Amino acid sequence: MAMISVRDLVVEYDGRKVLDGLNLDIEQGETMVLLGGSGSGKSTLLRHIIGLERPKSGNVLVKGIDITRCSEAEMKSVRHSIGVAFQSAALFNSLSVEDNIALPLREHTKLAPSIIELIVWMKLAVVDLADCGKLLPQELSGGMKKRAAVARALALDPELIVFDEPSAGLDPIVAAELDELILLLKQVFQMTVIVVTHELPSAFRIADRIAMLYQGAFLTIGTKEEIKSSKIPRVRQFLDREPETTAKAEAVAAHFHKYLQTPEAKS
Amino acid sequence: MATFLEGVGKRTLNQLDYIGSLNIQWWTTMRAMGASLPFVGNRYRWKATVHQMLEIGVDALPMVALMAICTGFILALQGASELRRFGALHYVIELVAVGFTRELGPLLTAIAVSGRSGSAFAAEIGTMKVTEEIDSLRVMAFDPVEFVLAPKYLAALIVVPCLSVVSNVFGILAGGVFMYFSTHLGFVVYIRDVLTTITLHDVIAGFIKSLAFATIIATVGCLEGLRVRGGPDAVGRSTTSAVVRSTFLVIVADSIFTALFYFTGAY
Repeated sequence: MAMISVRDLVVEYDGRKVLDGLNLDIEQGETMVLLGGSGSGKSTLLRHIIGLERPKSGNVLVKGIDITRCSEAEMKSVRHSIGVAFQSAALFNSLSVEDNIALPLREHTKLAPSIIELIVWMKLAVVDLADCGKLLPQELSGGMKKRAAVARALALDPELIVFDEPSAGLDPIVAAELDELILLLKQVFQMTVIVVTHELPSAFRIADRIAMLYQGAFLTIGTKEEIKSSKIPRVRQFLDREPETTAKAEAVAAHFHKYLQTPEAKS
Repeated sequence: MATFLEGVGKRTLNQLDYIGSLNIQWWTTMRAMGASLPFVGNRYRWKATVHQMLEIGVDALPMVALMAICTGFILALQGASELRRFGALHYVIELVAVGFTRELGPLLTAIAVSGRSGSAFAAEIGTMKVTEEIDSLRVMAFDPVEFVLAPKYLAALIVVPCLSVVSNVFGILAGGVFMYFSTHLGFVVYIRDVLTTITLHDVIAGFIKSLAFATIIATVGCLEGLRVRGGPDAVGRSTTSAVVRSTFLVIVADSIFTALFYFTGAY
């Protein structure tokens, strides 16, 4: 049984179709990268996979439980098995880093405070922030915040960990460090990983399979090699970084010339 | 004409939608409030409630006291300027005592709390939405209503009536200072006259009003925060809107309660 199954998923906002009948299976222990340009629907798909939104139609099954129709208790149990590292890290600014990580442990488990303290230290050590537990989120750099968010996502030892744009806003070195961290999590904890990104080097470094989205539908789903050798024009355009429209110097000059003729410019 | 009617219809529907949202949020929060209660609820929520009580109440104490002193003084001065002509300066005591207990104490407190805490609720929750903290609570299997809203509601419901009492005391004392300097009326006599003037009905009416005002401020502040869509500019707009709407609704509610108490013979 697949860890995640998306079946005929349709999402509409104000009558505009954002996701159009998507089907996807993500196996246990697999790293799936959702690749696509801005506005392609990859973050929307992610929000439906983690149960933050309900679709217009279709199903999302996590470990066999349909989270679009399940009870609140079932949803709670599903959520305990998912860890999410948000694009903005989404750490609670009023809590220290270690309190952020301890929060789900304190509230969802009956562990003794000393055990929680130990677990928090271990999670921080995994993301190389063992000395930063006492700091507040606003005292961390962008890369450190993202790693702290990963540590919090790992707090309850989830089976599935989800990353939304992990490299966004980071320099290439820190982004590469995060890629290595994702690979480490997969190797050490045998986790299923879903990563939403539009960074090609990162996608090809960490993915087992890549699903490429365009205008709310999958263009292709395949292994790294299959994607690299794809002949689909849109996929090629994305991989080869070809622009959709090119700004031409003559056109810009013509616009400028036209503006100079207007009474507004003359006055 | 059609456009005008369309505009009126649209605005009416928007207002109805807003009132509906206020009611739904109020009801949902009331249902979740049990978790914030001491002894029977979740100790972390009670801790958050105490923190909110300090922010809404203790921090606002100097401001509320100063506002009450100034208003008490103004009321006594204005009342005295007219009553002096009829040789009825003594009635200033009744004016200040009854005016504050029934009306000005709760109203001044509500305006101060709306400006300080209603806006703070909207800004805090709005920022949490923009930075995905509300989403991260949901994916960690926390109910944002129980986690964020309920402690604020409970704190406001406890603290606003207490602040109203403080406002009453300081307003009435300011009236006493005026009476001392204008008629050399001793403080003990003044307090005795005040206590004879105020009835239990007045105290209960003021208490009911302050509970209603606390509910309005918490509901509007939290709803404005939850309705934030977009970026930091939306947080700014929601903060302004929270103050404007809650102050307006507090005054409307005050006039309704006053009319109700007047016509039912409670005053």
